[in-house]
Amino acid sequence: MFGYYLDLALHSLKRNKVLTALMVVAIALGIGASMTTLTVLHVLSGDPLPGSSATLFNPRIDPFSMDGYEPNKPPPEQVTWTDGMNLLHAARADRQALMTGGAVPIQPTQSSIDPFYTDARYTTADFFPMFSVPFLYGRGWNASDDDGKARVVVISKLLNDKLFEGKDSTGQTLRMKDTSFQIVGVLGDWRVNPHFYDLNIGDYAEAEDVFVPLSTSRDMKLSLNGSTDCWGSGGDPEHAENTPCVWLQFWVQIVDPAKVEAYKTFLTHYSQEQKTLGRFEREPNVALLDVMQWLDYKKVVPSDVRLQTWLALGFLLVCLVNTVGLMLAKFLRRSGELGVRRALGASRRDVFMQLLIEAGVIGLAGGMGGLMLAYTGLWLVRRQPSSYASLAHLDMTMLLSTFLLALISTLCAGLLPAWRACQITPALQLKSQ
Amino acid sequence: MLQIRPIVTALRRHKAGTVLIALQIALTLAIVCNAFSIIQQRLQHLSQPTGIDEANIIVVQNEWARSMSTQQVDAQVNTDLEALRHLAGVRNAAISNAYPLRGNGWDDRIMLEPDQLKPTTSTALFFSDERLLDTLGVHLIAGRNFQPGEIKAMDVRDKLSPPSAIVTQALARHLFPDGSALGKSIYFGDAHPVAIIGIVDTLQPHSVDRWASGFASQTTILPSRLLSEWGNYYLIRTEPGQIDAVAAKVRQTLFAQDVMRVISDKDGIQKFPDIRQAAYDRDRGMAVLMGIVCVVLLSITAAGIVGLTSFWVGQRRKQIGVRRALGATRGDILNYFLTENLLISSGGALFGIVLAVGLNLWLVTRFEMQRLSLAYVLIGVVMLLLLGQGSVLAPAMRASKVPPVEATRSV
Repeated sequence: MFGYYLDLALHSLKRNKVLTALMVVAIALGIGASMTTLTVLHVLSGDPLPGSSATLFNPRIDPFSMDGYEPNKPPPEQVTWTDGMNLLHAARADRQALMTGGAVPIQPTQSSIDPFYTDARYTTADFFPMFSVPFLYGRGWNASDDDGKARVVVISKLLNDKLFEGKDSTGQTLRMKDTSFQIVGVLGDWRVNPHFYDLNIGDYAEAEDVFVPLSTSRDMKLSLNGSTDCWGSGGDPEHAENTPCVWLQFWVQIVDPAKVEAYKTFLTHYSQEQKTLGRFEREPNVALLDVMQWLDYKKVVPSDVRLQTWLALGFLLVCLVNTVGLMLAKFLRRSGELGVRRALGASRRDVFMQLLIEAGVIGLAGGMGGLMLAYTGLWLVRRQPSSYASLAHLDMTMLLSTFLLALISTLCAGLLPAWRACQITPALQLKSQ
Repeated sequence: MLQIRPIVTALRRHKAGTVLIALQIALTLAIVCNAFSIIQQRLQHLSQPTGIDEANIIVVQNEWARSMSTQQVDAQVNTDLEALRHLAGVRNAAISNAYPLRGNGWDDRIMLEPDQLKPTTSTALFFSDERLLDTLGVHLIAGRNFQPGEIKAMDVRDKLSPPSAIVTQALARHLFPDGSALGKSIYFGDAHPVAIIGIVDTLQPHSVDRWASGFASQTTILPSRLLSEWGNYYLIRTEPGQIDAVAAKVRQTLFAQDVMRVISDKDGIQKFPDIRQAAYDRDRGMAVLMGIVCVVLLSITAAGIVGLTSFWVGQRRKQIGVRRALGATRGDILNYFLTENLLISSGGALFGIVLAVGLNLWLVTRFEMQRLSLAYVLIGVVMLLLLGQGSVLAPAMRASKVPPVEATRSV
C-alpha cells in the first residue's frame, strides 16, 4: 500500500504546484535556519576532549584579601605562582599541569623569513599526556626538564611546516629571544574547541605554536599573555612569582571518579593551612569543575549564538504553523476525492495514512531544500570574522538530524489536517456532487 | 462593518483555519517585534561615537624582535615617533598602550579615598603623553593637557603611580556628580593620590562590549609612556584625505629607523575606519540577520494567508453567488473578506502582543537584552494588519468577481 500512497501523494502534489511549492519552501526555510544555528551551537558547545574531559578538573582556591569580599562569590579562575607550585608539587591528582599563555619572538635562521611573534604556552611536563596531545615527531619534555629550566621546545605542525617544510625537526634548534632552544617534539594536528585550558586567550583560539617549560619561560622572562588579576600592593611581572596576583591556569587529571571528592577536601585543607599561615585571609572557598562544567560556568558559547538558535526555532515554528494551514486547505479541498475513496471502502485509517505520507513527501522535499539552505547558511557563517567561524561545518549527525527534523516536524504538521480530512462523511460528499 | 456578525458565525465553521492564521500572525508578531528591538539595539551600539578623529587615524602595532632595556625602547620610540611626525601628510603621532575599540587593554578600579574597601567605579587606562589629545583629536573641555616635562617612561613592571590624570567627562561625572572633578584626587588601589588636571568630552575605552560595561565611556589618560619589551602601539593622525598615502609609507619609515622589529602584514598597520568596521562586525551581522528573519517571516505569513483565503474563496463560491444574486454588490463581497481578515488578524495581534511581551521578558532575563518598547509592538501590529489586508486582497478580488449565476450551479 505504501507504494500506492506514495504514488497518490506525488500525483496530488503535482496537481497543486503553487501550494506544494509554498509548503516546501516554508519547511525548507525553517529547517535551513534552524539547522544552520543548531550546527553552530553544536560545534561551539562540543566536548574539546571527548573521552577524557570528565577526568580533567580545574581546581580553584581563593587567595584574595578581604578587600571587596562578598560571601558566596566563586573563587578566582586562576592561581598565584606560590599556590600553583604548591599544588603542582603536592601531586595529589593522577596528573597535574601549571601553565600560562605568552608570546615569543622567533628569529628564523633562514634569511628568507622575517622575525615574527607567535603565541606560546609555558607549561609543565604533564600537559601533553594529560590533554592527550598527539605528536607527529618526538615527544614532550619530562619533569627533570621542568626542574632544570631546560632550553627545550615543542612546536606545532603549522610552525614546523613554516620553518622546516614539514620535515622531522626534532633535535634542531629554534631561536627565540636571542636564545637557542632544542626542538624535542612536533605536534600532530591538534586544536581543542573550545580552548578550555585557558579561555583568556580566546574561547575558540587555535592551539599555541610553541610550548616551553614554565620554569624556562620565567628564567628567560618571556612575555606573558592572558589575564592577570592582582590585589593589595599590585603586580610586578618581573617578580610575578612573589606578587599577590592570579595569572596561572592549573589543571589536574583524576581518573577515578571516587577520588574527586578527596581532591576537593585536599583543596579545602590547603586553603585552611594557608589561612593559618597568614597567607590567605578568607575562609576556604574552593571549586573543582570538570571540563564541561567549567565551559558551562564560563558561558563559553556566545550568547548571540544561543539567541540566534532560539529565534531560528521560533522561525521554524511559524513555518510549521504556516504549513499546517496550507496543508489543511489542500487536504480539505480534496474532500470530494477523499469522499469517493471512503465510499469505495477505504477506511479512515487508510485515508489518514495516505495523507500523512503526502505530508512526509513534503517534509523530505523541504528537508532537502533546508539542507541546501543550511550549507549556504554555514558558508555565510564561515565568512564571518569571529574566532569560531572556521569551525562551522555540517557533520554526519547534523546531516541526518536535518532530515529527521524536517520529516518529524512535517508529519506533526500533517496530523491535524489529515485528521480533519478523515472526518469527511463519504455520503455527504457524494450527495453534494 | 455591519457584516461582523455573519462573519463571526461563518468563522465558527472554519475554526481550524481561523485559529491557524491567528496563531501565525501572533507568532510572527512576537518574533518580529523582538527582532526589531534587537536590530535597534545593535544599530545604536555600533553608531556610538568614539570621540576621536576616526577618518584620519592610523594605528601601528610595532613589536620588537630582540630584547631591549626600557631606556633603549624609550629612545627607539622617540626616534620612531619623530620620523613618523616628519612624514608628509602627518599631523601628529603618539605612543599609547590602547585605543578605542581595540578589544582589550588595562582597566582598573578607582577609589575616592585611599583606604576605601569597595571601589567607586572602574576605568580604562590609556598610557600616553601630551601629544595624545591632538593625535586622537579628542577635545579638552576643562583643565589642561599634560606638559612635556610631566611625562615619564614607565615599564610594564613598574608600579602604577602617576602624579596626574586626564579623565573623560563621563568618568568625572560619575566620580563627582556635583561637577567639581577638576583638581580633585583619585586613588588606584593604594595611598598614592592622582590629581585630575583635565577633562575631555568623549573618549571611548578599549572595549565597548557588554563585559566592559563597568567602565563604559570612562577613560583615564595617564602621563606615562608604557613601554613593553614586546612592543607598543603608535597612533598617527594624518591631515584630512592623507590617510592612505601615509599608511603606505609607515612600514618603510619605521624599518628605516631600526630593522629588528615586527610589523605584521595582516594587522600591523590599520586604518581606524577598518578597526571600527571589524569591532562592530558581530553587531552588524546580528542586525542584518534579524532583518532577513523579519522579511522572510512576513513573506511566509503573507503566503500562508493568501493560500488559506484562496481556499476559503474556492469553497464558498456558491454562497458568494447566492449573496450576489440576492443583491450584494462586488464591494460588499470584497469588504466581507477584508473585514474577515481584519477580525482574524486583530485576534492574532492581540494574542501576539502577549506573546511578544512574554518572549521579550524571557530574552531580557536570559540574554541581557533591553526591554521591548511599546512603539515596536505598535509598529509590528500595524504592519501585520496591513500585511493581512494586502495578502487577502487578491483572493478577495477574485471572490468579488464570482457571478451571481454561480448560485444556480451545483458546486
